[in-house]
Amino acid sequence: MIRLENITKIFNPGTNNENTAIRNVSLNVDEGDFITVIGSNGAGKTTLLNLVSGTESVSSGRVFINDKDVTRDPEYKRARYIGRIFQNPTLGTAANMSVEDNMMITYLKGMKWLKISLNARTRAFFREQLVPLQMGLEDRMKDNVGLLSGGQRQALTLLMMVLSKPALILLDEHTAALDPKNAQIVLELTMRFISDYRLTTMMITHNMSHAIEYGNRLLMMDKGEIILDVSGKEKQELTVEKLVRKFHEIRKYTLESDEILLADEEGR
Amino acid sequence: MIQGILLEGLIYGIMVLGVFLTFRILDFPDLTVDGSFPLGAAIMASMIVAGQPLWFALIVATFGGVAAGVVTALIHNKLGVPHLLAGILTMTMLYSVNIRVMGGRANISLIRQHTILSNVNTLMPGLSQDGSNLVFFAVVIVIVMIALNIFFRMDLGMTMGAMGNNQQMVIATGANPATLKLIGVGMSNGLVAISGAFAAQYQGFADVNLGQGTIISGLASVMIGEFLWKSNRISVLTLRVVLGSILFRAVMYIGRFYGYYINLTPNDLKLITGLLIILSLMITRGRDTMKWLTWNRRNDAAVKASPAGKKR
Repeated sequence: MIRLENITKIFNPGTNNENTAIRNVSLNVDEGDFITVIGSNGAGKTTLLNLVSGTESVSSGRVFINDKDVTRDPEYKRARYIGRIFQNPTLGTAANMSVEDNMMITYLKGMKWLKISLNARTRAFFREQLVPLQMGLEDRMKDNVGLLSGGQRQALTLLMMVLSKPALILLDEHTAALDPKNAQIVLELTMRFISDYRLTTMMITHNMSHAIEYGNRLLMMDKGEIILDVSGKEKQELTVEKLVRKFHEIRKYTLESDEILLADEEGR
Repeated sequence: MIQGILLEGLIYGIMVLGVFLTFRILDFPDLTVDGSFPLGAAIMASMIVAGQPLWFALIVATFGGVAAGVVTALIHNKLGVPHLLAGILTMTMLYSVNIRVMGGRANISLIRQHTILSNVNTLMPGLSQDGSNLVFFAVVIVIVMIALNIFFRMDLGMTMGAMGNNQQMVIATGANPATLKLIGVGMSNGLVAISGAFAAQYQGFADVNLGQGTIISGLASVMIGEFLWKSNRISVLTLRVVLGSILFRAVMYIGRFYGYYINLTPNDLKLITGLLIILSLMITRGRDTMKWLTWNRRNDAAVKASPAGKKR
Protein backbone atom coordinates (compact mmCIF):
# COMPACT_ATOMS: atom_id res chain seq x y z
CA MET A 1 0.00 0.00 0.00
CA ILE A 2 2.48 2.66 1.17
CA ARG A 3 6.16 1.81 0.97
CA LEU A 4 8.97 4.04 2.13
CA GLU A 5 12.43 2.93 1.00
CA ASN A 6 15.43 4.31 2.87
CA ILE A 7 14.11 7.83 3.05
CA THR A 8 16.19 10.61 4.55
CA LYS A 9 15.24 14.22 5.02
CA ILE A 10 17.89 16.83 5.71
CA PHE A 11 16.79 20.41 6.34
CA ASN A 12 19.17 23.25 5.39
CA PRO A 13 21.88 20.93 4.03
CA GLY A 14 25.36 22.42 3.94
CA THR A 15 24.62 25.15 6.47
CA ASN A 16 25.23 25.58 10.19
CA ASN A 17 21.59 24.72 10.76
CA GLU A 18 21.81 21.39 8.97
CA ASN A 19 19.36 19.04 10.61
CA THR A 20 18.61 15.45 9.71
CA ALA A 21 14.94 15.11 10.54
CA ILE A 22 14.49 11.62 9.10
CA ARG A 23 17.39 9.17 9.00
CA ASN A 24 17.22 6.29 6.54
CA VAL A 25 13.71 5.14 7.39
CA SER A 26 12.00 2.24 5.63
CA LEU A 27 8.40 1.40 6.29
CA ASN A 28 5.70 -0.79 4.81
CA VAL A 29 2.10 0.15 5.49
CA ASP A 30 -0.35 -2.59 4.58
CA GLU A 31 -3.92 -2.02 3.54
CA GLY A 32 -6.18 -1.75 6.58
CA ASP A 33 -3.32 -0.96 8.95
CA PHE A 34 -4.06 1.50 11.72
CA ILE A 35 -0.69 2.76 12.88
CA THR A 36 -0.18 5.01 15.86
CA VAL A 37 3.02 7.04 15.92
CA ILE A 38 4.56 8.34 19.14
CA GLY A 39 7.80 10.06 20.05
CA SER A 40 9.09 13.14 21.80
CA ASN A 41 9.10 16.59 20.19
CA GLY A 42 11.52 16.76 17.29
CA ALA A 43 11.55 12.99 16.82
CA GLY A 44 10.43 13.42 13.19
CA LYS A 45 6.80 12.28 13.37
CA THR A 46 5.31 15.21 11.49
CA THR A 47 8.18 15.26 9.00
CA LEU A 48 7.50 11.59 8.30
CA LEU A 49 3.85 12.36 7.47
CA ASN A 50 4.94 15.39 5.41
CA LEU A 51 7.19 13.13 3.35
CA VAL A 52 4.37 10.65 2.78
CA SER A 53 1.89 13.37 1.78
CA GLY A 54 4.42 15.23 -0.36
CA THR A 55 4.34 18.47 1.62
CA GLU A 56 8.12 18.03 1.89
CA SER A 57 10.23 16.22 -0.65
CA VAL A 58 12.69 13.56 0.46
CA SER A 59 16.44 14.24 0.34
CA SER A 60 17.03 10.63 -0.67
CA GLY A 61 15.05 7.41 -0.86
CA ARG A 62 11.77 6.52 -2.53
CA VAL A 63 8.07 6.72 -1.71
CA PHE A 64 5.57 4.31 -3.24
CA ILE A 65 1.78 4.43 -3.10
CA ASN A 66 0.07 1.26 -4.37
CA ASP A 67 3.42 0.22 -5.91
CA LYS A 68 3.54 3.43 -7.91
CA ASP A 69 6.63 5.59 -7.43
CA VAL A 70 5.36 8.98 -6.26
CA THR A 71 8.69 10.32 -4.95
CA ARG A 72 8.64 13.19 -7.45
CA ASP A 73 4.88 13.80 -7.40
CA PRO A 74 3.81 17.10 -5.79
CA GLU A 75 1.42 17.16 -2.87
CA TYR A 76 -1.72 17.89 -4.90
CA LYS A 77 -1.18 14.77 -7.03
CA ARG A 78 -0.68 12.49 -4.04
CA ALA A 79 -3.73 14.07 -2.42
CA ARG A 80 -5.89 11.92 -4.68
CA TYR A 81 -4.95 8.95 -2.50
CA ILE A 82 -4.22 10.65 0.78
CA GLY A 83 -6.49 12.43 3.23
CA ARG A 84 -4.90 14.46 5.96
CA ILE A 85 -6.04 16.22 9.08
CA PHE A 86 -3.89 18.74 10.92
CA GLN A 87 -3.75 19.80 14.52
CA ASN A 88 -5.09 23.24 13.56
CA PRO A 89 -8.84 22.94 12.84
CA THR A 90 -8.76 25.95 10.49
CA LEU A 91 -6.47 24.20 7.99
CA GLY A 92 -9.03 21.71 6.71
CA THR A 93 -11.88 24.03 5.75
CA ALA A 94 -12.44 27.36 4.01
CA ALA A 95 -13.78 29.75 6.66
CA ASN A 96 -15.52 32.20 4.31
CA MET A 97 -17.52 29.52 2.53
CA SER A 98 -20.62 27.67 3.59
CA VAL A 99 -20.65 24.14 5.02
CA GLU A 100 -22.18 22.71 1.85
CA ASP A 101 -19.67 24.50 -0.40
CA ASN A 102 -16.83 23.10 1.68
CA MET A 103 -18.26 19.60 1.46
CA MET A 104 -18.73 19.90 -2.29
CA ILE A 105 -15.18 21.03 -2.94
CA THR A 106 -13.60 18.19 -1.01
CA TYR A 107 -16.08 15.58 -2.21
CA LEU A 108 -14.63 15.78 -5.71
CA LYS A 109 -11.02 14.74 -5.96
CA GLY A 110 -8.79 16.18 -8.66
CA MET A 111 -9.16 19.23 -10.87
CA LYS A 112 -12.68 20.66 -11.13
CA TRP A 113 -14.26 22.04 -14.25
CA LEU A 114 -17.39 23.79 -15.47
CA LYS A 115 -20.01 21.61 -13.88
CA ILE A 116 -22.52 22.45 -11.20
CA SER A 117 -22.40 19.47 -8.86
CA LEU A 118 -23.99 21.15 -5.86
CA ASN A 119 -27.67 20.43 -6.48
CA ALA A 120 -30.65 19.15 -4.54
CA ARG A 121 -29.37 15.58 -4.70
CA THR A 122 -25.88 16.26 -3.39
CA ARG A 123 -27.32 18.59 -0.75
CA ALA A 124 -29.61 15.84 0.48
CA PHE A 125 -26.67 13.44 0.52
CA PHE A 126 -24.51 15.86 2.53
CA ARG A 127 -27.33 16.50 4.98
CA GLU A 128 -27.72 12.76 5.50
CA GLN A 129 -23.98 12.46 6.17
CA LEU A 130 -23.99 15.35 8.66
CA VAL A 131 -26.74 13.90 10.87
CA PRO A 132 -24.58 11.18 12.53
CA LEU A 133 -22.13 13.86 13.71
CA GLN A 134 -24.89 14.93 16.14
CA MET A 135 -23.72 18.53 16.05
CA GLY A 136 -26.74 20.03 14.36
CA LEU A 137 -24.65 20.90 11.30
CA GLU A 138 -27.34 19.49 8.98
CA ASP A 139 -29.41 22.59 9.78
CA ARG A 140 -26.51 24.99 9.25
CA MET A 141 -25.40 23.97 5.77
CA LYS A 142 -25.61 27.52 4.44
CA ASP A 143 -23.66 29.03 7.34
CA ASN A 144 -20.05 29.97 6.89
CA VAL A 145 -17.65 27.43 8.34
CA GLY A 146 -15.93 30.31 10.15
CA LEU A 147 -18.95 30.48 12.46
CA LEU A 148 -18.44 26.91 13.72
CA SER A 149 -16.48 25.96 16.82
CA GLY A 150 -13.10 24.24 16.58
CA GLY A 151 -14.64 20.89 17.46
CA GLN A 152 -17.37 21.25 14.85
CA ARG A 153 -14.85 22.30 12.22
CA GLN A 154 -12.58 19.36 12.97
CA ALA A 155 -15.51 16.92 12.90
CA LEU A 156 -16.62 18.41 9.57
CA THR A 157 -13.09 18.16 8.20
CA LEU A 158 -13.02 14.53 9.24
CA LEU A 159 -16.33 13.79 7.56
CA MET A 160 -15.30 15.63 4.38
CA MET A 161 -12.09 13.66 4.24
CA VAL A 162 -13.84 10.32 4.72
CA LEU A 163 -16.40 11.13 2.00
CA SER A 164 -13.61 11.71 -0.50
CA LYS A 165 -12.63 8.05 -0.02
CA PRO A 166 -8.86 8.33 0.45
CA ALA A 167 -6.69 5.21 0.37
CA LEU A 168 -4.66 6.42 3.34
CA ILE A 169 -5.42 8.95 6.04
CA LEU A 170 -2.82 10.86 8.01
CA LEU A 171 -3.84 12.32 11.36
CA ASP A 172 -1.40 14.74 12.94
CA GLU A 173 -2.50 15.16 16.58
CA HIS A 174 -5.81 16.25 15.18
CA THR A 175 -7.48 16.52 18.57
CA ALA A 176 -4.65 18.32 20.39
CA ALA A 177 -6.00 21.84 19.78
CA LEU A 178 -9.51 21.05 21.02
CA ASP A 179 -10.94 21.25 24.51
CA PRO A 180 -11.15 17.85 26.30
CA LYS A 181 -14.85 17.31 25.60
CA ASN A 182 -14.61 18.07 21.87
CA ALA A 183 -11.34 16.16 21.63
CA GLN A 184 -13.16 13.10 22.96
CA ILE A 185 -16.04 13.53 20.51
CA VAL A 186 -13.74 13.96 17.52
CA LEU A 187 -11.60 11.04 18.60
CA GLU A 188 -14.61 8.72 18.94
CA LEU A 189 -15.82 9.88 15.54
CA THR A 190 -12.41 9.16 14.07
CA MET A 191 -12.42 5.63 15.44
CA ARG A 192 -15.92 5.01 14.13
CA PHE A 193 -15.04 6.21 10.65
CA ILE A 194 -11.81 4.20 10.58
CA SER A 195 -13.60 0.97 11.47
CA ASP A 196 -16.73 1.66 9.35
CA TYR A 197 -14.79 2.51 6.22
CA ARG A 198 -11.76 0.28 6.97
CA LEU A 199 -9.41 3.19 6.46
CA THR A 200 -5.69 2.68 6.35
CA THR A 201 -4.44 5.15 8.93
CA MET A 202 -1.31 6.70 10.36
CA MET A 203 -2.04 8.70 13.51
CA ILE A 204 0.42 10.82 15.44
CA THR A 205 -0.48 11.20 19.07
CA HIS A 206 1.13 12.61 22.17
CA ASN A 207 -1.09 10.46 24.32
CA MET A 208 0.64 7.17 25.04
CA SER A 209 -2.46 5.39 26.29
CA HIS A 210 -4.30 6.34 23.08
CA ALA A 211 -1.38 5.00 21.08
CA ILE A 212 -1.65 1.72 22.95
CA GLU A 213 -5.43 1.53 23.02
CA TYR A 214 -6.08 2.27 19.34
CA GLY A 215 -4.75 0.68 16.20
CA ASN A 216 -3.08 -2.58 15.31
CA ARG A 217 0.46 -1.30 15.05
CA LEU A 218 2.59 1.17 16.98
CA LEU A 219 5.68 3.05 15.88
CA MET A 220 7.96 4.86 18.26
CA MET A 221 10.26 7.45 16.76
CA ASP A 222 13.33 9.13 18.14
CA LYS A 223 15.85 11.41 16.48
CA GLY A 224 14.56 10.72 13.00
CA GLU A 225 14.47 6.96 13.30
CA ILE A 226 11.77 4.38 13.94
CA ILE A 227 13.12 2.70 17.04
CA LEU A 228 10.17 0.47 17.81
CA ASP A 229 7.59 -1.17 15.56
CA VAL A 230 5.15 -3.49 17.32
CA SER A 231 1.97 -5.01 16.01
CA GLY A 232 -0.47 -7.85 16.58
CA LYS A 233 -0.43 -9.67 19.90
CA GLU A 234 2.63 -7.86 21.15
CA LYS A 235 0.86 -4.54 20.61
CA GLN A 236 -2.22 -5.72 22.48
CA GLU A 237 -0.16 -6.63 25.52
CA LEU A 238 1.62 -3.26 25.66
CA THR A 239 1.30 -0.98 28.64
CA VAL A 240 2.71 2.48 29.20
CA GLU A 241 5.28 1.08 31.64
CA LYS A 242 6.42 -1.58 29.17
CA LEU A 243 6.73 1.05 26.47
CA VAL A 244 8.90 3.34 28.58
CA ARG A 245 11.09 0.39 29.65
CA LYS A 246 11.48 -0.62 26.01
CA PHE A 247 12.57 2.88 25.15
CA HIS A 248 15.29 2.81 27.82
CA GLU A 249 16.50 -0.58 26.64
CA ILE A 250 16.77 0.56 23.03
CA ARG A 251 18.13 4.05 23.45
CA LYS A 252 20.21 3.43 26.59
CA TYR A 253 19.37 6.90 27.87
CA THR A 254 16.58 8.38 29.87
CA LEU A 255 14.07 10.51 28.06
CA GLU A 256 14.59 14.16 28.79
CA SER A 257 12.31 14.76 31.76
CA ASP A 258 10.36 11.69 30.63
CA GLU A 259 8.63 13.82 28.08
CA ILE A 260 6.39 11.15 26.62
CA LEU A 261 5.17 10.07 30.05
CA LEU A 262 4.40 13.65 31.01
CA ALA A 263 2.44 14.21 27.83
CA ASP A 264 0.49 11.10 28.73
CA GLU A 265 -0.37 12.45 32.18
CA GLU A 266 -1.71 15.62 30.56
CA GLY A 267 -3.72 13.55 28.15
CA ARG A 268 -5.65 11.95 30.99
CA MET B 1 -23.94 64.30 -13.75
CA ILE B 2 -25.84 61.30 -12.35
CA GLN B 3 -25.80 59.82 -15.82
CA GLY B 4 -22.05 60.31 -16.11
CA ILE B 5 -21.45 58.70 -12.72
CA LEU B 6 -23.63 55.70 -13.57
CA LEU B 7 -22.00 55.27 -16.96
CA GLU B 8 -18.45 55.38 -15.64
CA GLY B 9 -19.45 53.22 -12.70
CA LEU B 10 -20.83 50.55 -15.00
CA ILE B 11 -17.99 50.66 -17.55
CA TYR B 12 -15.30 50.53 -14.88
CA GLY B 13 -17.49 48.10 -12.92
CA ILE B 14 -16.46 45.34 -15.35
CA MET B 15 -12.83 46.08 -14.47
CA VAL B 16 -13.65 46.19 -10.75
CA LEU B 17 -15.26 42.74 -11.02
CA GLY B 18 -11.94 41.52 -12.44
CA VAL B 19 -9.99 43.15 -9.61
CA PHE B 20 -12.42 41.63 -7.09
CA LEU B 21 -11.79 38.20 -8.61
CA THR B 22 -8.03 38.37 -8.07
CA PHE B 23 -7.82 40.44 -4.89
CA ARG B 24 -10.68 38.97 -2.92
CA ILE B 25 -11.48 35.55 -4.33
CA LEU B 26 -8.04 34.31 -5.34
CA ASP B 27 -6.09 36.40 -2.82
CA PHE B 28 -3.70 37.18 -5.68
CA PRO B 29 -3.03 40.95 -5.78
CA ASP B 30 -2.59 41.35 -9.50
CA LEU B 31 -1.05 44.56 -10.84
CA THR B 32 -1.23 43.41 -14.47
CA VAL B 33 -4.50 45.34 -14.57
CA ASP B 34 -2.72 48.67 -15.12
CA GLY B 35 -1.40 47.22 -18.39
CA SER B 36 -4.27 45.01 -19.50
CA PHE B 37 -6.83 47.84 -19.26
CA PRO B 38 -5.06 49.99 -21.91
CA LEU B 39 -4.28 46.79 -23.81
CA GLY B 40 -8.00 46.16 -24.25
CA ALA B 41 -8.45 49.79 -25.29
CA ALA B 42 -5.51 49.65 -27.71
CA ILE B 43 -6.60 46.44 -29.42
CA MET B 44 -10.19 47.66 -29.73
CA ALA B 45 -9.21 51.10 -31.08
CA SER B 46 -6.69 49.88 -33.62
CA MET B 47 -9.08 47.21 -34.90
CA ILE B 48 -11.89 49.76 -35.22
CA VAL B 49 -9.58 52.07 -37.17
CA ALA B 50 -8.51 49.12 -39.34
CA GLY B 51 -12.17 48.50 -40.15
CA GLN B 52 -12.43 45.09 -38.49
CA PRO B 53 -15.86 43.82 -37.34
CA LEU B 54 -16.63 45.38 -33.96
CA TRP B 55 -17.65 42.21 -32.10
CA PHE B 56 -14.60 40.43 -33.42
CA ALA B 57 -12.47 43.32 -32.15
CA LEU B 58 -14.05 43.00 -28.70
CA ILE B 59 -13.32 39.27 -28.60
CA VAL B 60 -9.69 39.82 -29.63
CA ALA B 61 -9.34 42.54 -26.98
CA THR B 62 -10.72 40.16 -24.35
CA PHE B 63 -8.29 37.43 -25.28
CA GLY B 64 -5.47 39.96 -25.27
CA GLY B 65 -6.30 40.61 -21.62
CA VAL B 66 -6.55 36.90 -20.86
CA ALA B 67 -3.12 36.37 -22.42
CA ALA B 68 -1.65 39.17 -20.28
CA GLY B 69 -3.06 37.55 -17.14
CA VAL B 70 -1.76 34.15 -18.17
CA VAL B 71 1.73 35.63 -18.60
CA THR B 72 1.62 37.03 -15.06
CA ALA B 73 0.39 33.72 -13.64
CA LEU B 74 3.09 31.80 -15.53
CA ILE B 75 5.85 34.12 -14.28
CA HIS B 76 4.53 33.58 -10.76
CA ASN B 77 3.95 29.81 -11.05
CA LYS B 78 6.95 28.70 -13.03
CA LEU B 79 9.65 31.07 -11.76
CA GLY B 80 8.41 31.41 -8.20
CA VAL B 81 8.30 35.20 -8.54
CA PRO B 82 6.03 36.84 -5.91
CA HIS B 83 2.64 37.79 -7.40
CA LEU B 84 3.14 41.55 -6.97
CA LEU B 85 6.42 41.50 -8.84
CA ALA B 86 5.03 39.21 -11.55
CA GLY B 87 2.20 41.69 -12.12
CA ILE B 88 4.56 44.66 -12.27
CA LEU B 89 6.74 42.82 -14.80
CA THR B 90 3.83 42.13 -17.14
CA MET B 91 2.41 45.62 -16.65
CA THR B 92 5.74 47.23 -17.58
CA MET B 93 6.16 45.02 -20.64
CA LEU B 94 2.60 45.80 -21.70
CA TYR B 95 3.44 49.51 -21.96
CA SER B 96 5.66 48.74 -24.96
CA VAL B 97 3.23 46.14 -26.29
CA ASN B 98 0.37 48.64 -26.19
CA ILE B 99 2.32 51.20 -28.23
CA ARG B 100 3.14 48.45 -30.74
CA VAL B 101 -0.52 47.43 -30.90
CA MET B 102 -1.44 51.03 -31.72
CA GLY B 103 1.08 51.07 -34.55
CA GLY B 104 3.85 52.94 -32.78
CA ARG B 105 1.61 55.73 -31.51
CA ALA B 106 0.77 56.60 -27.92
CA ASN B 107 -2.92 57.13 -28.67
CA ILE B 108 -5.62 56.57 -31.27
CA SER B 109 -8.63 58.83 -31.71
CA LEU B 110 -12.00 57.22 -32.38
CA ILE B 111 -13.82 60.44 -33.28
CA ARG B 112 -16.19 59.87 -36.22
CA GLN B 113 -15.55 56.12 -36.14
CA HIS B 114 -18.34 53.59 -35.92
CA THR B 115 -18.13 51.96 -32.51
CA ILE B 116 -20.31 49.46 -30.71
CA LEU B 117 -21.81 52.38 -28.81
CA SER B 118 -22.73 54.40 -31.89
CA ASN B 119 -24.24 51.27 -33.45
CA VAL B 120 -26.29 50.61 -30.34
CA ASN B 121 -27.48 54.22 -30.46
CA THR B 122 -28.81 53.81 -33.97
CA LEU B 123 -30.77 50.77 -32.71
CA MET B 124 -32.46 52.99 -30.11
CA PRO B 125 -33.54 56.02 -32.12
CA GLY B 126 -35.49 57.64 -29.27
CA LEU B 127 -32.50 57.91 -26.96
CA SER B 128 -29.53 60.24 -26.79
CA GLN B 129 -26.03 58.79 -27.05
CA ASP B 130 -25.65 58.82 -23.26
CA GLY B 131 -29.10 57.31 -22.82
CA SER B 132 -28.45 54.37 -25.10
CA ASN B 133 -25.00 53.95 -23.54
CA LEU B 134 -26.61 53.63 -20.14
CA VAL B 135 -29.07 50.97 -21.31
CA PHE B 136 -26.32 49.10 -23.11
CA PHE B 137 -23.88 49.07 -20.19
CA ALA B 138 -26.59 48.13 -17.72
CA VAL B 139 -27.32 45.10 -19.88
CA VAL B 140 -23.60 44.28 -20.26
CA ILE B 141 -22.88 44.45 -16.54
CA VAL B 142 -25.91 42.30 -15.72
CA ILE B 143 -24.73 39.69 -18.22
CA VAL B 144 -21.22 39.72 -16.75
CA MET B 145 -22.58 39.46 -13.20
CA ILE B 146 -24.89 36.57 -14.07
CA ALA B 147 -22.03 34.79 -15.86
CA LEU B 148 -19.80 35.22 -12.81
CA ASN B 149 -22.55 34.10 -10.44
CA ILE B 150 -23.02 30.92 -12.45
CA PHE B 151 -19.28 30.40 -12.72
CA PHE B 152 -18.80 30.57 -8.96
CA ARG B 153 -21.46 27.94 -8.45
CA MET B 154 -19.57 25.58 -10.71
CA ASP B 155 -17.07 23.16 -9.19
CA LEU B 156 -14.18 25.10 -10.69
CA GLY B 157 -15.40 28.47 -9.43
CA MET B 158 -16.10 27.11 -5.96
CA THR B 159 -12.63 25.64 -5.72
CA MET B 160 -11.21 29.02 -6.75
CA GLY B 161 -13.20 30.55 -3.92
CA ALA B 162 -11.56 28.14 -1.50
CA MET B 163 -8.12 29.06 -2.91
CA GLY B 164 -8.16 32.58 -1.51
CA ASN B 165 -9.39 31.19 1.77
CA ASN B 166 -7.28 28.14 2.34
CA GLN B 167 -4.84 26.97 -0.28
CA GLN B 168 -3.92 23.90 1.77
CA MET B 169 -7.49 22.66 1.51
CA VAL B 170 -7.47 23.04 -2.27
CA ILE B 171 -4.25 21.05 -2.47
CA ALA B 172 -5.85 18.39 -0.29
CA THR B 173 -8.64 17.93 -2.84
CA GLY B 174 -6.05 17.09 -5.47
CA ALA B 175 -6.44 20.25 -7.54
CA ASN B 176 -3.35 22.08 -8.74
CA PRO B 177 -3.31 25.59 -7.22
CA ALA B 178 -1.06 26.82 -10.05
CA THR B 179 -3.69 25.91 -12.67
CA LEU B 180 -6.42 27.62 -10.65
CA LYS B 181 -4.36 30.81 -10.41
CA LEU B 182 -3.71 30.68 -14.15
CA ILE B 183 -7.41 30.44 -14.96
CA GLY B 184 -8.43 33.02 -12.37
CA VAL B 185 -5.86 35.68 -13.26
CA GLY B 186 -6.55 35.09 -16.96
CA MET B 187 -10.29 35.54 -16.46
CA SER B 188 -9.78 38.64 -14.37
CA ASN B 189 -7.61 40.35 -16.97
CA GLY B 190 -10.04 39.34 -19.70
CA LEU B 191 -12.73 41.31 -17.83
CA VAL B 192 -10.35 44.24 -17.35
CA ALA B 193 -9.56 44.30 -21.09
CA ILE B 194 -13.28 44.29 -21.96
CA SER B 195 -13.68 47.24 -19.63
CA GLY B 196 -10.76 49.00 -21.33
CA ALA B 197 -12.22 48.32 -24.78
CA PHE B 198 -15.53 49.91 -23.76
CA ALA B 199 -13.82 52.82 -22.00
CA ALA B 200 -11.93 53.66 -25.20
CA GLN B 201 -15.18 53.72 -27.19
CA TYR B 202 -16.93 55.77 -24.54
CA GLN B 203 -14.17 58.38 -24.27
CA GLY B 204 -13.48 58.39 -28.00
CA PHE B 205 -9.82 57.50 -27.80
CA ALA B 206 -7.33 54.89 -26.62
CA ASP B 207 -4.23 56.08 -24.82
CA VAL B 208 -1.22 54.20 -23.54
CA ASN B 209 -1.56 56.00 -20.20
CA LEU B 210 -5.22 55.09 -19.82
CA GLY B 211 -4.35 52.36 -17.35
CA GLN B 212 -2.46 54.42 -14.83
CA GLY B 213 -3.94 53.87 -11.41
CA THR B 214 -6.54 51.37 -12.64
CA ILE B 215 -5.64 48.85 -9.97
CA ILE B 216 -5.90 51.44 -7.21
CA SER B 217 -9.28 52.73 -8.38
CA GLY B 218 -10.47 49.12 -8.72
CA LEU B 219 -9.32 48.30 -5.23
CA ALA B 220 -10.93 51.44 -3.80
CA SER B 221 -14.22 50.49 -5.50
CA VAL B 222 -14.09 46.96 -4.08
CA MET B 223 -13.43 48.31 -0.59
CA ILE B 224 -16.20 50.90 -0.75
CA GLY B 225 -18.61 48.17 -1.84
CA GLU B 226 -17.64 46.10 1.15
CA PHE B 227 -19.00 48.74 3.51
CA LEU B 228 -22.49 48.24 2.12
CA TRP B 229 -23.41 44.89 3.69
CA LYS B 230 -21.99 41.48 4.52
CA SER B 231 -22.83 38.21 2.84
CA ASN B 232 -21.30 34.94 1.72
CA ARG B 233 -23.48 34.68 -1.37
CA ILE B 234 -21.69 35.32 -4.62
CA SER B 235 -24.65 37.12 -6.23
CA VAL B 236 -24.60 39.65 -3.40
CA LEU B 237 -20.82 39.99 -3.56
CA THR B 238 -20.80 40.81 -7.29
CA LEU B 239 -23.67 43.28 -6.88
CA ARG B 240 -21.74 44.92 -4.05
CA VAL B 241 -18.72 45.28 -6.32
CA VAL B 242 -20.71 47.07 -9.03
CA LEU B 243 -22.38 49.39 -6.51
CA GLY B 244 -18.95 50.09 -5.00
CA SER B 245 -17.70 51.03 -8.45
CA ILE B 246 -20.57 53.48 -8.95
CA LEU B 247 -20.04 55.01 -5.50
CA PHE B 248 -16.34 55.40 -6.17
CA ARG B 249 -17.03 57.21 -9.45
CA ALA B 250 -19.46 59.45 -7.60
CA VAL B 251 -16.73 60.43 -5.16
CA MET B 252 -14.37 61.12 -8.06
CA TYR B 253 -17.03 63.21 -9.81
CA ILE B 254 -17.63 65.25 -6.73
CA GLY B 255 -13.89 65.75 -6.40
CA ARG B 256 -13.67 66.90 -10.01
CA PHE B 257 -16.64 69.29 -9.95
CA TYR B 258 -16.67 70.67 -6.44
CA GLY B 259 -13.04 70.18 -5.55
CA TYR B 260 -12.11 73.72 -6.58
CA TYR B 261 -13.94 75.05 -3.52
CA ILE B 262 -11.12 73.60 -1.45
CA ASN B 263 -8.50 74.22 -4.12
CA LEU B 264 -8.46 70.69 -5.54
CA THR B 265 -7.63 70.10 -9.20
CA PRO B 266 -8.24 66.96 -11.28
CA ASN B 267 -4.55 66.27 -10.74
CA ASP B 268 -5.33 65.59 -7.09
CA LEU B 269 -7.73 62.73 -7.90
CA LYS B 270 -5.08 60.04 -7.59
CA LEU B 271 -4.18 61.38 -4.16
CA ILE B 272 -7.85 61.33 -3.19
CA THR B 273 -8.15 57.73 -4.43
CA GLY B 274 -5.19 56.65 -2.36
CA LEU B 275 -6.48 58.44 0.72
CA LEU B 276 -9.86 56.82 0.16
CA ILE B 277 -8.26 53.36 0.29
CA ILE B 278 -6.30 54.25 3.41
CA LEU B 279 -9.48 55.58 5.00
CA SER B 280 -11.38 52.38 4.12
CA LEU B 281 -8.59 50.30 5.62
CA MET B 282 -8.62 52.40 8.77
CA ILE B 283 -12.38 52.10 9.16
CA THR B 284 -12.29 48.34 8.60
CA ARG B 285 -9.44 48.04 11.07
CA GLY B 286 -11.20 50.22 13.57
CA ARG B 287 -14.32 48.10 13.25
CA ASP B 288 -12.34 44.90 13.77
CA THR B 289 -10.56 46.40 16.76
CA MET B 290 -13.89 47.48 18.22
CA LYS B 291 -15.30 44.00 17.67
CA TRP B 292 -12.26 42.52 19.32
CA LEU B 293 -12.52 44.85 22.28
CA THR B 294 -16.21 44.24 22.89
CA TRP B 295 -15.73 40.52 22.40
CA ASN B 296 -12.94 40.50 24.97
CA ARG B 297 -15.00 42.47 27.42
CA ARG B 298 -17.92 40.09 26.98
CA ASN B 299 -15.57 37.15 27.45
CA ASP B 300 -14.06 38.67 30.58
CA ALA B 301 -17.56 39.18 31.91
CA ALA B 302 -18.39 35.56 31.15
CA VAL B 303 -15.27 34.35 32.93
CA LYS B 304 -16.02 36.45 35.99
CA ALA B 305 -19.59 35.21 36.05
CA SER B 306 -18.57 31.55 35.85
CA PRO B 307 -17.68 29.66 39.06
CA ALA B 308 -14.15 29.00 37.77
CA GLY B 309 -13.69 32.71 37.20
CA LYS B 310 -14.73 33.57 40.74
CA LYS B 311 -12.18 31.18 42.15
CA ARG B 312 -9.49 33.14 40.39
